[in-house]
Amino acid sequence: MELFAEALAWIFSSDAQSGSLPLSEAIATHLAFTFVSVLIAAAIAVPAGWVVGHTGRGREAAVALSGAARAVPSFGLVLLLVLVFGVTHKVGASTTAFVLLAIPPILAGAYSGVEAVDRRVVDGARAVGMTPRQVLGRVEIPLGLPLLIGGLRSATLQVVATVTLAGYVGSWGLGFYIVQGIQIRDFAQILGAALVIVVLAVLLDLLFALLERAVVPRGVRARHETSS
Amino acid sequence: MIEFRSVTKTYPDGTDAVADFSLVVPAHTTTVLVGSSGSGKTTLLRMINRMVEPTSGTIEIDGESIADRDPVRLRRSIGYVLQNGGLLPHHRVVDNVATVLRLEGTPKNEARQQALEVLDVVGLDRRLADRYPSQLSGGQQQRVGVARALAADPNILLMDEPFGAVDPIVRSELQTETLRLQQQLHKTIVFVTHDIDEAFLLGDQVVILSTGAQVAQIGSPSEIIENPADDFVASFIGAERGARALHTKETGHGTVLVDGTGRTQGRLVEGGQGAA
Repeated sequence: MELFAEALAWIFSSDAQSGSLPLSEAIATHLAFTFVSVLIAAAIAVPAGWVVGHTGRGREAAVALSGAARAVPSFGLVLLLVLVFGVTHKVGASTTAFVLLAIPPILAGAYSGVEAVDRRVVDGARAVGMTPRQVLGRVEIPLGLPLLIGGLRSATLQVVATVTLAGYVGSWGLGFYIVQGIQIRDFAQILGAALVIVVLAVLLDLLFALLERAVVPRGVRARHETSS
Repeated sequence: MIEFRSVTKTYPDGTDAVADFSLVVPAHTTTVLVGSSGSGKTTLLRMINRMVEPTSGTIEIDGESIADRDPVRLRRSIGYVLQNGGLLPHHRVVDNVATVLRLEGTPKNEARQQALEVLDVVGLDRRLADRYPSQLSGGQQQRVGVARALAADPNILLMDEPFGAVDPIVRSELQTETLRLQQQLHKTIVFVTHDIDEAFLLGDQVVILSTGAQVAQIGSPSEIIENPADDFVASFIGAERGARALHTKETGHGTVLVDGTGRTQGRLVEGGQGAA
């Protein structure tokens, strides 16, 4: 418990607020890495997932990709890409690694959301004369939104945790304190930084949980309200 | 008028859902396709709005082959009622009904106004207009489905077992309502069902199908009951049993008709004003 107290004390210490890397700056960098990576991943994976879900084409590839990606060690991927890109492109290399890690859950959320829409509803939409594009845009996407947000949620959590590893390759983010703490054997700093990461992750998760509920279309939510 | 000419549908696995099917559906009447599952009746229906493409043969509407028409525009010009409503769960009743009008570019307020009027036509309270489909009963959902199909005032109405999933009391209500609507609107209706009683109740022309959409008999309900083409038809319509196997019984007050289960169904009246 003493260590916890010291860790908390470190978080609010003047050292953490205005040392070589102020805590606020580290949090900002950490979140910036997270959001930029998830946004880039979403820009790639969301349209791809919608097309896969709508057409059913490439479904096997998408499933295989999402499954295989779980087995990729994130630390290994970050280090590998830094080596491939060269040490002068550490930001690009790290971001690419985070994007690659974020793509599979977002892809899975996007295509499973579209796929999970009741086929009879889709059939009805086609039968009254919606074009394939209208079926996707007016029926499949809005009804599949909760699962897509779920995919973004797990991608964000995975990335916010993994950005910590960027501390190994560059002196940014909350991972910096952990790497530095190990070197100087400052356990209060290590635990303090870890606690900040945990709080960030929990807050982001909460945010997405709220968002996930907010995007359930009203008519779909109404069913749950009347039946309960 | 809708005309099927030697229409065949073979699925990739080699099964013939429909083999060499020909039929004329007269305008402004109700034609019922009836058969058990696997008879290809739904496949036939879905060929009319190109939800299913025939492998060979042609389908014409008013002498014009539908193969030359854009499927999306064709579907918007034909009303379609699905078994489970097929309503959009995230749209309010009024917007569901207005779907086709909106797709065709009618301004929102005008489309909603028309949709409300169609709700009156199908006997739905306007107060339900702002609800979502999940907040309605099964019967109400089916009425919304019919309203949506009628909203753009199509000449042709396709109904795919529309009352199959509702309870018998509601079903009979909806059937009566369909008859009333048809007297008022005179659409060309193609109706698919596996229920022979429903077919005889609603159909001006009834087409009895066996496996692979082979036509077992075409005729008015009276023609089919009076003269079943073969044993298959006779057994399918239940001519030898139950409610359609009537015999006479003499009573003190005249002759009555008794059905196969022994229930008295009515009185035999001389010189009845039957249309047959």
